[in-house]
Amino acid sequence: MIGLLTGAVLLLMGIAIWQITNIYQLTQINLGKKIDDSQIATEKDNDIQGKLMFAFLVFIYIVTIYCFWAYSKVLLPEAASEHGVSYDRLLWISFAVILIAQTFTQALLHYFAFKYRGINNRKAFFFTHDNNLELIWTIIPAIVFFILIVYGMLTWSNIMNFNEDDEDAIVIELYAQQWNWKARYGGQDNVLGDANVRFLNDYDGRNSVGIDSSDPNGWDDIVVTQEFHIPVNKKIIFKMRSQDVLHSAYMPHFRAQMNCVPGMITEFSFTPTKTTAEMRMNSDVVDKVNRINKIRYDNSQKLIAKGEESLDPYQFDYLLLCAKICGTSHYNMQMKIIVESEKDFKKWISTKESFSSIMQ
Amino acid sequence: MEGNKDNNPRIRVKMESAEFSDLLSDNNQSTDFRQEHHHKETFITKYIFSQDHKMIAKQYLITGVLFMGFIGIALSLLFRLQLAWPEESFAVFDIFLGKWAPEGVMDPNIYLALVTIHGTIMVFFVLTAGLSGTFSNLLIPLQIGARDMASGFLNMVSFWLFFLSSVIMLSSLFVEAGPAAAGWTIYPPLSALPQAQPGSGMGMTLWLISMAIFVASSLLGSLNYIVTVINLRTKGMSLFRMPLTIWAFFVTAIIGVISFPVLLSAALLLIMDRSFGTSFFLSDIFVQGEVLHYQGGSPVLFEHLFWFLGHPEVYIVLLPALGITSEIIATNSRKPIFGYRAMVASILAIAFLSTVVWGHHMFISGMNPFLGSVFTFTTLLIAIPSAVKAFNYITTLWKGNLQFNPGMLFSIGLVSTFITGGLTGIILGDSTLDINIHDTYFVVAHFHLVMGVSALYGLFAGVYHWFPKLFGRMMNKNLGYIHFWVTAISAYGVFFPMHFIGMAGLPRRYYTNTAFPYFDDLADINVIITLFALLAGAAQLVFLYNFISSMFFGKVPDQNPWRSNTLEWTTPVKHLHGNWPGDIPHVHRWAYDYSKPGQKEDFVLQTVPIGPEEEITEH
Repeated sequence: MIGLLTGAVLLLMGIAIWQITNIYQLTQINLGKKIDDSQIATEKDNDIQGKLMFAFLVFIYIVTIYCFWAYSKVLLPEAASEHGVSYDRLLWISFAVILIAQTFTQALLHYFAFKYRGINNRKAFFFTHDNNLELIWTIIPAIVFFILIVYGMLTWSNIMNFNEDDEDAIVIELYAQQWNWKARYGGQDNVLGDANVRFLNDYDGRNSVGIDSSDPNGWDDIVVTQEFHIPVNKKIIFKMRSQDVLHSAYMPHFRAQMNCVPGMITEFSFTPTKTTAEMRMNSDVVDKVNRINKIRYDNSQKLIAKGEESLDPYQFDYLLLCAKICGTSHYNMQMKIIVESEKDFKKWISTKESFSSIMQ
Repeated sequence: MEGNKDNNPRIRVKMESAEFSDLLSDNNQSTDFRQEHHHKETFITKYIFSQDHKMIAKQYLITGVLFMGFIGIALSLLFRLQLAWPEESFAVFDIFLGKWAPEGVMDPNIYLALVTIHGTIMVFFVLTAGLSGTFSNLLIPLQIGARDMASGFLNMVSFWLFFLSSVIMLSSLFVEAGPAAAGWTIYPPLSALPQAQPGSGMGMTLWLISMAIFVASSLLGSLNYIVTVINLRTKGMSLFRMPLTIWAFFVTAIIGVISFPVLLSAALLLIMDRSFGTSFFLSDIFVQGEVLHYQGGSPVLFEHLFWFLGHPEVYIVLLPALGITSEIIATNSRKPIFGYRAMVASILAIAFLSTVVWGHHMFISGMNPFLGSVFTFTTLLIAIPSAVKAFNYITTLWKGNLQFNPGMLFSIGLVSTFITGGLTGIILGDSTLDINIHDTYFVVAHFHLVMGVSALYGLFAGVYHWFPKLFGRMMNKNLGYIHFWVTAISAYGVFFPMHFIGMAGLPRRYYTNTAFPYFDDLADINVIITLFALLAGAAQLVFLYNFISSMFFGKVPDQNPWRSNTLEWTTPVKHLHGNWPGDIPHVHRWAYDYSKPGQKEDFVLQTVPIGPEEEITEH
């Protein structure tokens, strides 16, 4: 019924616009004005539209400046991992290049549109090509892109080509399924036991990541849910698995992401440099948390007024999210990451049960 | 290469055996053209199963752009409402989503389905079939001086296959378990397993069937465009005298023929995995308490196959829009397009590079990191011809005498969004930087500006500019101005802030971000984006109104309203089967002699012979 009404309203609005246009044209004839209904831009149109083009340039600049001014505060805080620092540097260098190019080219485009807006009887400048000019704007971008490519490739290979046999590194498996994460530690030997989805139903389904009980390496493995801990300033090698569909292990504060692919093991490695406690003290994070708690408080007041439960206050934690579409609860696949001193980490992990306790 | 057909006996024999030999450019026969061709035309042969390229162009425009485009945009407004006011009850959800919006609150599964079908419709149906289908069909014969496409019959089949695939895609919206919901990229295993998601049942089957038919339609169309451009150019229309529109359509068709079959193969293998128990893309899967039998396949293989089409697809969408823009900017600047040869070279370079960059969608898919470096290199290379094109457009405006017809506004708008959206590609194309913004809203902002909005602007520019050739009437310019400015402001209003949401770390395709208190401060930005999206949607209603009313009541134009050089403006205003009443015109110059010194007018039709004292300026 509402659909029908909406349709009728739209139809009537259409007819109204049409009629107003007709009436307008009729009045123009009565006034004896010569109307130009050719629907081709006149000198007056060119003038107005040309000026609007310039106004639009101003609009683009204002939107850009406003967004940087108002939304910088929502961006991720400084990187909490070793490679994240070089990631951020490359990002801001690229952004500088982009902003310069954007400011300059949009200015030329819209200014020319304004400056050369059509005037009757003026003839345009016949200018077909200029090899030097074209050479310049082929070579300058080529040089800039070349520098960015080389810089990017060096950073990329530093991030991706980590030493897998590093004795000192901690190996953690991130295990994805619809719709939660689990993390598995190698235990005493820091070696992950073999695993396969075919073992998931063993031990009445308590073998939650499918560890192969015939592989002794797996007996001391530790599986955790909800949150996982990592020691600060220690290299972590992540091995990603998925049991059902594609997922993507995304840890934005560490500038880390890798897809989890059923049937294969993917890898990523980083060294966290800031503990959770340190990050909570970071001024950007403090501001953000305050802002969020203000929003949550306001929302809670509304909920309470409606007789519903209020929201919990928010405290900052590192996050593991899923960034690859994976079904119904894709939007709510989260795990907390706690970065702490090595001592605290050891204490925490010692309280966890190993796979062997399930095997018994 | 002169396109002279009269002296080429081999081609001539072939044409005479063809069904529509009399349509082709045989100048000796064509004087009697009208008498010969007074076959009875019924309503069905004229309007439905038409083999006339101009009618087929209109069929594509109305089904592909107006109808499918309307649905595609409407779907996006529905999920934008959900994103701005998560899990609130809306009457429109209740009306349009019914059981998928219990008490007017959108269900997460239908959210994913809306996102998926919006993407599919906009990318394939509107911007691939709608854009190329309309303008390649309309302009290739008209601008190269041919009576029709090489095969009118295949052209008709191509449209009706497209129509069939549209019907199947839309019918999937009414399936019990909902339409496909695995994202427009339909990565398996999510798309392969009905246990993983309700949309991966019948909905996904229909999606795959629809796309298989779509690919067939696209191939028939593209082959036809290629053959027509190569064989049916009129006398004097050498390759380097072709308007840039034709270059763009021609190269687009070639990329389509190279890449679309790969999508078909991916779809067929996925159908095998889904229905016949093979394991091309699946391995080691445990879902809903059960280990499945699949062993040894790889989803990464699917990603390779998909993006081998998927990335060229971006240029299949964009190149025709750039071709249209080139033509409109030159005409309305009253100036030759700057650097014609560089423009052609850029189109060719972009086309070649577009087939070797697909891996930049897969930097973190688990692919060997070395490949990441290779694809970063090729990806940033493609920015060079793109930059050349942007600078050439800007230089074309310089010292012009710009006529701000609505088509011109959309063309300049295209250059603007192409730059804004293209520049952020420098970030996404860099494997390192991709790590942290991959699959976030930054990607959504980037590709919507650079291919979505830009290609739509090209499409609108083309509709305003060639409406006189499509319907023999003019569109209302004032409504066109309103349409442009509201759209231009809202497009930046929607997609500029979206970059920041992405850099804040919010992944795309999230039904709501309220599950993470960390993202609570993004709620305001989402509201602003949705308000601009609604405004943009309303602006398209102005266009729709203008289109339909102008179709019937628009002002009847002169033969060459924009005072343009190209051949389509030498045809009569009223459509004619065979395009020119008399001989096919011969071409004596390139398409861009605007404001040439020594000429009386500021344009010179391509059919005008070079004067005795005149300098030849074409290259």
